[in-house]
Amino acid sequence: MLGLEKSDFRLLLLVIVLTLFAPFLLNPFPVDSTMAQFNAGYPDLMQRFVIFGIFAIGFNILFGLTGYLSFGHAAFLGAGSYAAIWMMKLLTMNVIPAIVLSIVVAGLFSLAVGFVSLRRSGIYFSILTLAFAQMSYSLAYSVLTPITGGETGLQPKIDDPRILDSVLAVGQQARANLFGLDMSTSHDLIVGGWAFTFNAGYYVAALLMVISFYISIRIFRSPFGLMLRAIKSNQNRLGYTGVSARPYTLAAFVISGMYAGLAGGLMVAMDTQAGAERMFWTASGEVVLMTILGGAGTLIGPVLGAGMIKYMENIVSKINSTVLEGWFAWMPEIIQDVVVAVVYPFVGKGWHLTLGLVFMLVVIFLPGGLMEGFRRISDRFFGGSRKTDNSTGGTTAPTAAE
Amino acid sequence: MSVNENTHQDEDRGFQSGMPNSVLHIDDVHKSFAGLHALSDVDLDVREGETHAIIGPNGAGKSTLLNVCVGRLKPDRGAVVFDGEVLTGKSPHEINQLGVARVFQTPEVFPDLTVLENVMVPALSNRDGHFTLNPFKRFSAERQLREEAEHVLESVGLTAQLTDLSSSMSRGDKRRLELAMGLIQKPRLLLLDEPTAGMARADTNATIDLLKQIKEGGMTKVIIEHDMHVVFSLADRISVLAGGRIIAQGTPEEIKVNPKVKEAYLGEEQV
Repeated sequence: MLGLEKSDFRLLLLVIVLTLFAPFLLNPFPVDSTMAQFNAGYPDLMQRFVIFGIFAIGFNILFGLTGYLSFGHAAFLGAGSYAAIWMMKLLTMNVIPAIVLSIVVAGLFSLAVGFVSLRRSGIYFSILTLAFAQMSYSLAYSVLTPITGGETGLQPKIDDPRILDSVLAVGQQARANLFGLDMSTSHDLIVGGWAFTFNAGYYVAALLMVISFYISIRIFRSPFGLMLRAIKSNQNRLGYTGVSARPYTLAAFVISGMYAGLAGGLMVAMDTQAGAERMFWTASGEVVLMTILGGAGTLIGPVLGAGMIKYMENIVSKINSTVLEGWFAWMPEIIQDVVVAVVYPFVGKGWHLTLGLVFMLVVIFLPGGLMEGFRRISDRFFGGSRKTDNSTGGTTAPTAAE
Repeated sequence: MSVNENTHQDEDRGFQSGMPNSVLHIDDVHKSFAGLHALSDVDLDVREGETHAIIGPNGAGKSTLLNVCVGRLKPDRGAVVFDGEVLTGKSPHEINQLGVARVFQTPEVFPDLTVLENVMVPALSNRDGHFTLNPFKRFSAERQLREEAEHVLESVGLTAQLTDLSSSMSRGDKRRLELAMGLIQKPRLLLLDEPTAGMARADTNATIDLLKQIKEGGMTKVIIEHDMHVVFSLADRISVLAGGRIIAQGTPEEIKVNPKVKEAYLGEEQV
């Protein structure tokens, strides 16, 4: 189906079902329960899940397949964001032209950066990409202020030309839309004690993620994908089989750059603003973490990694001492104080510590990321003799929604 | 003994093949590493369709010569000409695309790919050239190439391991995989660097039989080998390299009785 093998098609279906029903799956706790703060089914976070999922899927095409570790992909995400916001300022608030332009601009930018950076491999390549990204960040902050808005960033304003849209009335806000459908439109469904939110922006982003995921599967399963894997496996040998590695790595670099641009464009489509901090090196590092955490070179792993990091960033970071005291209220007070004191550094503002520990544990015990964990579990329960191709990642169905 | 009598041509006029039916012409190649002369004034002609063995003691410069041929090393002087094209200065993938394939001495396979995929990489490059952007083409739809690859793998005896990762193979099996990766391209010139080293005698004989079959197909082969059984089973002509120089060239019979060869390489060993 759709040019996919059976197992890949099942994986795609699973991703479609999970994204479609994410508002239910991510809100398993009733609104009034103490566990409600673990609910992740609100529009802003769901949008982040799929947008960073796209970013990680694209990054995985470069890093997971060719092994070239870019430390500068946030630059393409930032470039995509700026392109999208300019489209919204100049042409229309409709998200389609904005997203298309963000992909094109990020693609051209990554072509230029890749052309230079891919002259080297290994650590030198990583450093070159990092240097380019930091340079872009600094430029966006300083000399390129007329284009980027510098420190304040860019937002659509009332007096922007927007030649395709009708003039806004005074006080009316420019809102990102899809042929009139406001991206922030939400519909709430209340069932008993549960509340589920269905957001237009989320579903637009989710549709694009499903398409991105489908394209990524096709790339993985193509002769082109095989060459990318051969580059990771033994680039030196590849030359002696008549294959020139550089155009392949450049193509992978540009494709992953375009994915980053799409993610950047979608960020603007969901929340119409862009700033230079999106290009900062920590943002580039984050997508590396997502990919490795989920499983580099697997199909679905990077999406899971993105989901996990965004979940921790948004949910674990909200657990404060009051919440902890509430959880451990049943304990004698002295013990409660000790437990809260022990747990506190790992939650709230300390969520980075928890993430760091999780990352260390995964890298040490599951070098193949979360996907390797799932594979081990399924091998244990369903027999371990099954042969698994490292690149598929689709042989094991992910059990977690995000 | 037929002595190679080609003359050194003026570089400005380009390099011409020294013999009428010569497909590979190595012209006055010189290569040194930190003052050590690995190759000195090496002149060699390989004729179309022949199996040409290069023998010589360890350190004679045999592998260096192959490395110069496939673009891994650049000679200090001289040139390698394949079918009228100067290979010197070309990158390995360009040389391969011209129809020169190499089988490595130490197996250099793709460890993270399956056995079948290892063979599909050179097969695809042979058909599609050095770069093809086809991210939407399905690998599984390459039935014809896949059948060819399976056929070649069958001929080297690896049918049972098609879906195994090549990193899990024994060294001997990797050598056979190397051979399959060279053969799948049906190159005009196949350079074999000790293709049977590390193989059991039975496997060696099977490889000899396989290479003999290809000989009937008309592929030109240059083979570096220590095993005299292999050399004398396969070679039409032999060049003897010692101390970076070619000290003798001729048919196996001529080489067997050549006193210089006996002195430099074979010593007391009976051929």
